[in-house]
Amino acid sequence: MSSSALEVSTRRGATSFFEVARLMLARDIRLALRKRGQLVQPLAFFAIVTTLFPLGISPELSRLREVAPGVLWVAALLSSLLALEFLFRDDAQDGTLEQHVLSGQSLTWMLFAKTAAHWVLTGVPLALMAPLAGMSLGVPASSIGGIILSVALGTVALSLIGSVGAALTLGVKRNGALLSLLTLPLSMPVLIFGARATELAIKGEGFAAPLYLLGAIAVLGITLAPLATAMAVRINME
Amino acid sequence: MAWTWFHRLGSPPYIYGLAMRLTPWFAWTAGLLIVGGTFGGLVLAPPDYQQGDDYRIIYVHAPSAWMSLMVYSTMAVSAAVGLIWRIKVAHAAAASCAPVGASFTFVALVTGSLWGQRMWGTYWEWDPRLTFELILLFQYLGYMGLRSAIEDTQRADRASAVLAVVGIVNVPIIHYSVLWWNSLHQAPSVMQLAKPTIPPSMLVPLLMMFLGFTLLFVALLLVRVRAEILNRERSASWIREAVT
Repeated sequence: MSSSALEVSTRRGATSFFEVARLMLARDIRLALRKRGQLVQPLAFFAIVTTLFPLGISPELSRLREVAPGVLWVAALLSSLLALEFLFRDDAQDGTLEQHVLSGQSLTWMLFAKTAAHWVLTGVPLALMAPLAGMSLGVPASSIGGIILSVALGTVALSLIGSVGAALTLGVKRNGALLSLLTLPLSMPVLIFGARATELAIKGEGFAAPLYLLGAIAVLGITLAPLATAMAVRINME
Repeated sequence: MAWTWFHRLGSPPYIYGLAMRLTPWFAWTAGLLIVGGTFGGLVLAPPDYQQGDDYRIIYVHAPSAWMSLMVYSTMAVSAAVGLIWRIKVAHAAAASCAPVGASFTFVALVTGSLWGQRMWGTYWEWDPRLTFELILLFQYLGYMGLRSAIEDTQRADRASAVLAVVGIVNVPIIHYSVLWWNSLHQAPSVMQLAKPTIPPSMLVPLLMMFLGFTLLFVALLLVRVRAEILNRERSASWIREAVT
């Protein structure tokens, strides 16, 4: 366990709301940077999945360009699903999560910070990598901004939805298939609006409308998902 | 004192007896309504001027689609009641809802696909309502999957209750996103049911089927809740008296 997590539990009462979030963010990011291999896995997975489509469909860029939004988003959805395993697994195994529950700090807030760290570690790299994968599918350079924005915003919602699923399956061994069964149906609106925004960006049209809808889902997720995640973690820690 | 009736609803023996007494009433009424509605819909109602006899599948399809949502809401509400007031019977009710709801959703999907074959010429069209039903079926499967994956009953109850509540928040979002997704990508659907008036000879059997399906669900729920209570309280002493 890292020193910052200890700080959270020992300086109980003295630690302010934002201090808790800062410590949690710093701890999770520091720990993740020590395990770079784990961090790269979802990105490699994303690259492999986007490689599968040209092999499966056709190498013609004109045909690939048409399916590029769907390919990018399905790949992003699947790799964020893969990354979810790292969200709570280690902390649940070594008992850190239990300490978080017992720390006296707001568990909802702590898990929100944890999910935010997870988004920084998985969502942001995915968003930065999406245009690269897009280029290989014949996407014009002018759409890079739109792709980055939509994937960055969409992964906020995906991380939050995923945190609920990951917390619910904490007590289940070998939970990969179950986790996808729980989170994918809930993620479908994100896929729909994300792919739409990407498609409009590729066509060079205004993509603000689906982006607003993605933002709305993200805001709703920020408001409600941490509550459900905290409840699910408590249930599995009882 | 006036609240004692409410407290009794949380007691497994009371609910067990109540469910046993109420089941025949709901089951018989449902049976009569469904038989009457089927006869009215398949025999008495006139053929549609556009769809001929094909439209008659609506007498099964529409009530099943209605039940798929209605059961999900019932499941989410009883899950929330169980989660908030820690009432075991409410959790048992939520657990009993899921397979019934999944079955109704499955029937709605199959009948919708058969209808689509006649109307659109294909068994599957990415129609928003059918797509929505499909996602709803996945949500039911996820709920049942989570419940069966957790061995401890109490933990399974509470974890799946959280999932049901999260799911019901998502239902309207999925509904509208699928609707907009479809209207962005496809020409307006071939099927247009928005007719100005439905003659009573078509409407009455349909309403009978709606009511019949709803009561059938209540009857099934009562039977399943009893089975669920028997399973959960199998070591309780009152069970021995109730069963023998």
